[in-house]
Amino acid sequence: MGMPITVEVVDNIDDTEFEAIFTYFKAVDERYSTYKTTSEISQINHGLPENQWSSEMRLVLDLCEQTKRLTNGYFDINRNGNLDPSGLVKGWSINNAAKKLLDLGIVNFYIEAGGDIQVHGINASNKSWEVGIRNPFNIDEIIKVIKLHDEGVATSGTYIRGEHIYNPFDKNQKISRVKSLTVIGPNVYESDRYATAAFAMGETGITFIDSIPGLEGYMVDDHKLATFTKGFDRYTA
Amino acid sequence: MFNSKKLVAGLAVFFVFIIYSLGVRHETPVISKPAALENKSSNTTSSNNLTAGTSTTYSSTPANSTASQYKDGTYTGNSYDAYYGSVQVSVTINAGKITNVKFLQYPNSHSTSVFINQQAMPYLQQEAIQSQKANVQLISGATFTSQAFVQSLSSALSKA
Repeated sequence: MGMPITVEVVDNIDDTEFEAIFTYFKAVDERYSTYKTTSEISQINHGLPENQWSSEMRLVLDLCEQTKRLTNGYFDINRNGNLDPSGLVKGWSINNAAKKLLDLGIVNFYIEAGGDIQVHGINASNKSWEVGIRNPFNIDEIIKVIKLHDEGVATSGTYIRGEHIYNPFDKNQKISRVKSLTVIGPNVYESDRYATAAFAMGETGITFIDSIPGLEGYMVDDHKLATFTKGFDRYTA
Repeated sequence: MFNSKKLVAGLAVFFVFIIYSLGVRHETPVISKPAALENKSSNTTSSNNLTAGTSTTYSSTPANSTASQYKDGTYTGNSYDAYYGSVQVSVTINAGKITNVKFLQYPNSHSTSVFINQQAMPYLQQEAIQSQKANVQLISGATFTSQAFVQSLSSALSKA
């Protein structure tokens, strides 16, 4: 984790309520970051007995297991014998933070963390939220504008951190043909876990996304060609 | 003529077998000289011990045939399209009989199998990516490194 988080709230919101969102993300990082030796996930990877795991951790690991089944094994949090649930936790935690805002009666906002986004309502210009998809070949450019109201968006890609997404069925294979895969879903939890799994499928990932009702996708390959799902255009122009 | 019809029919069967055998072989196929022809004395066990395709051919050519319209020597056939590639053979005639057939070209079909790229998903639309000049409130992309974030933030702040 340890990624930048951006929250924009159009409605009126208390400073303490606003700060509470960032406090929540900090707590998520403390528990799930594999970069922190003191995190619960790191302790589990160093042998913490299962009866000492938090109930929230058990829930998250169950969700990871469920996601693995839904994606024919392509969503797999096992990394050389260690667990790394970040491919699910990112979207899951953003979705939770969004629910906190909704519970406060906040209607118009977005939350963005590490390129994954949950929007709600309308922007400050009273229009749908306008989200750009970054050009994986030039991070200063966008290649698509999508207009969202209540959806979640997640993009899996290789161009910045390097190939940090693995094919669990062939750990030596580098996912080289697909540069980025953007998934739009009913919420960012769904978008994130499916984008993670579909990216590990390589070029057939976009077909997998197309087969899931409620998800749309936009894939960019290393020849700068984009392939998109049948209903993707409902979010453009 | 009786002899040439049989020889042509035999050759046709021979080539059909060769095309078939391309599907199961990897190494360059070279038809070895069947024992029945090399060894002029009759060899009654020969036809069953010969490589399958050749026995049909050679046993159909009577040992004392006068198929001498074929002059001794080695001849190269034209190259023909066998779909996955070309086939070209050379044939050696000795004492009026085929004594060797060699492949000069054969399709290494296993390496030319069609590569299914994303054209295998023809029902999904595709487009070349294009830079968009548009105002957006936020951007979805893969994760920034911390360093890049700091650089981006300071450049943004310098404009503020």
